[in-house]
Amino acid sequence: MTMPASKLADTTARRDSIARATVTILAAAALYEIAARSGHFAPALLPTLERIGRALWTGLSDGTLILHAAYTLYRVLFGFALAVVVSLPLGIAMARFQPVENFFMPLISALMPIPSFALVPLFMLWFGIGNTTTILIVLYAATFPMLFNTWSGVRAVNPIWLRAAGAMGANERRLFWKVIIPGASPFIIAGARQAFLRAWIAVVGAEMIAASDWGLGWVIFDAKEFLNTDVMMASLVVIGALGFVFERLMFGTLERATVLRWGMMHSAKS
Amino acid sequence: MQDAAAITAVSAASGGASSRAAERLRNVARNVFPFLVVGAIWEAVAWAGIFPQRLFPPIETVARTFVELTLNGILPLHAIETLVRLSAGFALAAIAGIVIGIAMGRSKRAEDIFLPLVSIFAPIPGLAYAPLFLLWFGLGNVSAVLLVAFVSMFAVILNSWTGVKAVKQIWVRSAQAMGADNKRLFRHVILPGALPYILTGLRLGLAQAWRILVAVEMLAAVPRGLGWMIFGAREFLNTDVMLAGIAVIAIVGLVLEKFVFQKLEDYTVVRWGMMSL
Repeated sequence: MTMPASKLADTTARRDSIARATVTILAAAALYEIAARSGHFAPALLPTLERIGRALWTGLSDGTLILHAAYTLYRVLFGFALAVVVSLPLGIAMARFQPVENFFMPLISALMPIPSFALVPLFMLWFGIGNTTTILIVLYAATFPMLFNTWSGVRAVNPIWLRAAGAMGANERRLFWKVIIPGASPFIIAGARQAFLRAWIAVVGAEMIAASDWGLGWVIFDAKEFLNTDVMMASLVVIGALGFVFERLMFGTLERATVLRWGMMHSAKS
Repeated sequence: MQDAAAITAVSAASGGASSRAAERLRNVARNVFPFLVVGAIWEAVAWAGIFPQRLFPPIETVARTFVELTLNGILPLHAIETLVRLSAGFALAAIAGIVIGIAMGRSKRAEDIFLPLVSIFAPIPGLAYAPLFLLWFGLGNVSAVLLVAFVSMFAVILNSWTGVKAVKQIWVRSAQAMGADNKRLFRHVILPGALPYILTGLRLGLAQAWRILVAVEMLAAVPRGLGWMIFGAREFLNTDVMLAGIAVIAIVGLVLEKFVFQKLEDYTVVRWGMMSL
């Protein structure tokens, strides 16, 4: 489809923009370094990049930062998986059966505007400090985007496809697996992506407030007490990197493996 | 949800006046019924004594606390404080976000400068910055407002940027052909064209600001605020106060979404025909 010439122009433009982005980031880093070394700010509050790098390296090499990250990932993935298990069937049921929708829609509309963090103190009282509370907060945060997208996705399946499949003699089960699920999948995957983003935010916040003794959110908050700004920044780097990896790799791959291959969605030409 | 509302509206309009009233009644009943079921289950659990009543108060206790706290002014005081903080932070985010976003959409140089920074800082969960802001700006209002502004700014930036880029090239060219100068082009073509996106960005930003603010109030030791109230109530096992606070938070969130943004959208983009309901 793409002509070689335009492809070439594409790659040059891409390389250009990468080069410019690198320059910007280097310039920003240099500015930061100058500010940190100028002595106008307390070094404890504005550590040099070298110190951040060293903190990151120590944390990674002695394994503490990795262990913290593992705890956080465990919580976020557990909660996210629970959210998928709850909201996928419920969302589909809501879209397919009117009474289910009638029952759950008002409840969801009432619960959705409550930020997950507002529930943290309550859950701390009910479930104590630690994994249960954080996982439940993640579950709460991730459920609604997932549910809402599944529901709209199933409703948005083109009725012509349903009728065509019906006319060709598909039974309910085949209709469901071969038409409705693939048809709704762009929405469902978008929902999962959004849900993961929310879950990622929620887990960091929940770890800060409902502090246990492991987890990246907890590290950041704990480092504040001792003015370990370098450790804070190092954990921020890890949080950002992990979020990026999940967002791009996990959901990007998922999208390529399903909706793009099925031809439900085209990759954006940017 | 809007679809559902539209469908009920259509079916209500097709009937006569009396059946419309019946329809409306049935509609209300249908919306209330799930809450009755959940409320009944809640009551049953609360009275069954499975959990201590301090931790799992029956609804009437929560309602009584809600009314008491509202009447003696504690709840409104906290709520107003939170709303002031939200408006301050969100206003900063909206101004900075729209300016940066539009600049990024209009000028290649601004895009090159800001896009890498935005792509680095936006994916980090907002609350992760909280301890850093607390160290830099101290406990209290300054940190809370700045953090809310910083975090909610990204949604506004990204959407304004996309919006400006999504303005149809044909509109820009035809306006130029008709002799519009840069200023007119911006005011009469680009701004209205990008507005649906900008409003989406503002809406997302406000939702994010609201979510973050509640948590920040718990962490930043601000003197008052709904988040702080809930967090403080935990110390004294005042579960009823916490639940009343959560109810207020839900109401505020609902009002922000339904009344502030949908109205704003009606007055601007829908009226200009940029977006249909």
